[in-house]
Amino acid sequence: MTRTLLSLSGISKQFSGKTVLDELSLTIDDGEFITLLGPSGCGKTTLLRMMAGFELPDQGTITLSGVDITQTPPESRPLNTVFQNYALFPHMSVFDNVAYGLKMEKRPKAEIVERVEDALAMVQLEDFARRKPHQLSGGQQQRVAIARAVVKRPKMLLLDEPLSALDYKLRRTMQVELKRLQRELSITFVFVTHDQEEALSMSDRIVVLKDGYIQQLGTPREVYERPENVFTARFVGQTNFFPGRVTNIESDRISVDVFGLNRELGKPSFRVAMNQSLHVLLRPEDIRVLAPDDAEGVAGKIVERNYKGSTLDSVIELEDGSHVMASEFFDEDDPTFDYNIGERVRVSWVDGWEWLLAEEGDEPLTDEEELAADDAEH
Amino acid sequence: MMQSIRQQPFRAAVLVLVWGWLLFLVLTPNMLVVGASVMTRDPANFISLPLNLDAYRQLFNPLYLEVFLHSLYMAAMTTLVCLLIGYPFAWALSRVEKRRQILLIFLLIIPFWTNSLVRTYALKLILATNGLLNSALMSLGIIDEPAQLLYTEGAVIVGLVYLLLPFMILPLYSVFEDLRQDVLLASHDLGAGRFATFKNVIVPLTLPGVLAGVMLVLLPAMGLFFVPDILGGSRNLLVGNVIKNQFLDARNWPFGAAASIVLTLTMALLMFAHRLSKRRLGEEGA
Repeated sequence: MTRTLLSLSGISKQFSGKTVLDELSLTIDDGEFITLLGPSGCGKTTLLRMMAGFELPDQGTITLSGVDITQTPPESRPLNTVFQNYALFPHMSVFDNVAYGLKMEKRPKAEIVERVEDALAMVQLEDFARRKPHQLSGGQQQRVAIARAVVKRPKMLLLDEPLSALDYKLRRTMQVELKRLQRELSITFVFVTHDQEEALSMSDRIVVLKDGYIQQLGTPREVYERPENVFTARFVGQTNFFPGRVTNIESDRISVDVFGLNRELGKPSFRVAMNQSLHVLLRPEDIRVLAPDDAEGVAGKIVERNYKGSTLDSVIELEDGSHVMASEFFDEDDPTFDYNIGERVRVSWVDGWEWLLAEEGDEPLTDEEELAADDAEH
Repeated sequence: MMQSIRQQPFRAAVLVLVWGWLLFLVLTPNMLVVGASVMTRDPANFISLPLNLDAYRQLFNPLYLEVFLHSLYMAAMTTLVCLLIGYPFAWALSRVEKRRQILLIFLLIIPFWTNSLVRTYALKLILATNGLLNSALMSLGIIDEPAQLLYTEGAVIVGLVYLLLPFMILPLYSVFEDLRQDVLLASHDLGAGRFATFKNVIVPLTLPGVLAGVMLVLLPAMGLFFVPDILGGSRNLLVGNVIKNQFLDARNWPFGAAASIVLTLTMALLMFAHRLSKRRLGEEGA
């Protein structure tokens, strides 16, 4: 029983002639943890600022619980924001920072004290109430910002890359903490990030954004395992794109030729024609690296190996020059598991784990191409 | 100690230079002023023994008290006008596109290239009975005959504001520059309207700039004796005029010195208040 809390419809926004959001529509359910994921400049922060009321859309409407709030100023919206750089009031103590929103509501003093203390206890900062923000660490400031936003019991909490300023370990701790808070408070969280790992581990649903368009909307599992387009597949996690060609079409199955191997696959949701080229997607963890004398797979040689602790990541160059990323878990029983660079191997994968995508007219650049383009620019 | 000096000769040289400078050019003259203020007036040698507090007692003479209060009043009005103009000006300046900001600040500083005495005379030409302002107002038909603008309290305040406004704007501009936009958004986000945000966030965060500006305007305003000399006539004196007159005309050095010390102490008090407000804001606000 999901209920729509916030709905955006036909939202467009331009900044000095540049389109940031284009006819975007999205509904957010009550109580969900939804993440806006995308590279910088994709419009995710603009979208969040519109929900908060800091930006007004050029076109479109925003409704909260059925009420049109498109033109409502931020101070009158029952939702609160956790800012990227915390935006704490430097001249106020931690207590006064958290109490600010309640004071603005003109709550009785006793109630303010009680609720602020509860909020600080929730983020484990009871003992820091008298401190000033500059006397706190980054992680502590972050938690004050969260306490300050949730103390008003908003219908929705908007988080603008709240963890991006923290170091890796603290980040992981805060991710768990945020999930716990969301469960305890059962408030809807809208979370903006460019970190796909963070998005996958925290969200109920992910909105993948690029150039002001929604590329895909789905659960982390859908977005990772069944990307709807090349951009999503490349942006969320690492992916091998193998060139495939349709060799046979049946009612619910097709045959695809990949590196001369014939694979029988379920028919994809898009239209396929005989001899059509398409992308065969495989995640590095789906790839199996086999001995060179194995009957299965495609021949290649190891060009890179990275020991990652729990996995061994390698890159294999196939005979046609293309590269395959593989990520394998250690097998204690296999003494020949590790490779040397230059070693000949064969590459295979579990039959049926492929994911098919149609080729797109203007496909996004791969990471390497993008880096090369960046270099050329600078 | 000796060893550290030998190890860091540059550091030692800089310290000696700074302390030497402060000792001979700041402390010594001030001590001489303090000394002069407790001595006796002597028409032949300016000052002589015995030591006494007559000069300070003379400050409480109703005549001088009145001059001091009137001077304080004019300086306070100057500061208020500077604040009322400077605060929104600095706020707007900090919101302008960066490249334009530099140009505007440049325009603000250009008048400093002309001696302030010359600029005050220019103001006199504008305010004079047959001056630019009166002619303009009359040709526009707003007034029929020239208004008495010069040699009024208003003329002195206009002159002081004209000379001192940049000193109010610059420290205010600096605090507005540091004022983070997201902190203001956070205030709105938490339910504060424009006025509540102004009162609870903008004013406290810009207070150090206000105090710095007040310090830079109020105290010089009491000392800029040439402004009343040129624009004010005989009734609109500043403490600076009293001090100048005592030293140069009346030849009463002890009294001039005592008046000057009272002015210095007022300044010290204001600086102390400024420090307190900075500490309250913590390091970030400083």
